[in-house]
Amino acid sequence: MSAVVGDYVSRIEGTCGAESDVIVVLKFDKKDQALEKILEKATLKSKVAGMIYDLTFEEYSFRVYASGKIIFRGIKNKQTLNRVLADLLL
Amino acid sequence: MVNYYENHNANVHRGVHTLSLEATEMYEKSREHVAKFINAKESSEIIFVRGTTEAINLIAYSWGLNNLKKGDEVLVSLMEHHSNIVPWEITAKICGFKINYVNVTPDGILDVKDFENKLTSKTKIVCLSHVSNVTGMVNDIKRLSKIVHDHGALILVDGAQSVPHMKVDVQDLNVDFLAFSGHKMLGPTGIGVLYGKKALLQKISPFQGGGEMIKEVVFDSKNQRCNVSWNEPPWKFEAGTPNIEGAVGLAAAINYLEQVGMDNILTHEQVLTKYAIEGMKHLSKISFYGPTDSSKCGIIPFSVAGLSSHDVALLCDSYGIAIRSGYHCAQPLHQIFQLQSSARASFYLYNTTEEIDRFLEVLKELQTL
Repeated sequence: MSAVVGDYVSRIEGTCGAESDVIVVLKFDKKDQALEKILEKATLKSKVAGMIYDLTFEEYSFRVYASGKIIFRGIKNKQTLNRVLADLLL
Repeated sequence: MVNYYENHNANVHRGVHTLSLEATEMYEKSREHVAKFINAKESSEIIFVRGTTEAINLIAYSWGLNNLKKGDEVLVSLMEHHSNIVPWEITAKICGFKINYVNVTPDGILDVKDFENKLTSKTKIVCLSHVSNVTGMVNDIKRLSKIVHDHGALILVDGAQSVPHMKVDVQDLNVDFLAFSGHKMLGPTGIGVLYGKKALLQKISPFQGGGEMIKEVVFDSKNQRCNVSWNEPPWKFEAGTPNIEGAVGLAAAINYLEQVGMDNILTHEQVLTKYAIEGMKHLSKISFYGPTDSSKCGIIPFSVAGLSSHDVALLCDSYGIAIRSGYHCAQPLHQIFQLQSSARASFYLYNTTEEIDRFLEVLKELQTL
């Protein structure tokens, strides 16, 4: 985990199941700040009740929950995920 | 547990001082309470372990490694939790016995015909869950146990999802082994139970070696070896310092469950399950897996079209609702359902219809994603 990712992310968890989803858990005290940065850089596809943000960045789609969790789809490679997170959180 | 730590904390079966004797009394009283709760003949049939997984591993290793060989068969169902599959796969590699897997129908019901076909004179043990942790489907263990015994085999039942939710009577079911966990029945984590018939436990080798599980360790200077003899069950299987406060906490949880009444708990869960299923049926994108009638325990596996189970769980989490997502440690059953994963709502005695209404509102919101 790069320093910038480490500043905002507390855990990265692979999900259980055949899907290649990854859950990124943001640090609780930094989640709002992280969300702001992500919304600046990613493209917003839809928003539900100010709690769920459907976003894309480069060719990756992901969903951010106001609770501080992000679900990425289709990123199998840890390095790619770290790079994408670093770009989003810089 | 607080009382134990504040007033009686000491190791059990070790000292003659007051604290140790008090701790031993609390620990062994807890064992008696557990025995009574599942109607075991005596408390020596109750072994404290870390949980269901350790209980099944204990049998797979201690009984399996010494009683199973090439040519023998073990019957396991495809609806099992991984903890009732993997220990047998590991020991099968060591001993060379064959595992036969019993089919489950596409609607999540144990295929009893396949069960009977695969139960042969070579079958030494049958390993079955009482209630599926994915679907809540209840297996007729009493009937299956009779079939198994008529074939001369033993039956091990994974009771992790039944003991917390319904009255389980090991003598009535006539099971040889029953495994369950404290944390699924209002108890603490890290404590569970293996029930075994006394006559069987007496013949089984210890699982782990150490203090407490031995009668004596005598050094033979001539052979430069220690001659070890085992303690009696259940202590033979409880090497080292046990989870004393866990056992005490489990007994307290059982006391609470008994006061509520196991029949009342089951009825409450079935009412909640029926209520939730009826509400969910009105939502167009929801699909169910397994039976949806009220005879099952309070578990509803489902999916929402277009969303992964993790999305469903994260959305529910945003509203403070905790549901499971993924395989629920039962990948083979998901293969039968042809699912990548599933979401699972489950209920216990503390849940209410108001909470289910809230859950249904969140599911409605999910339809808009």
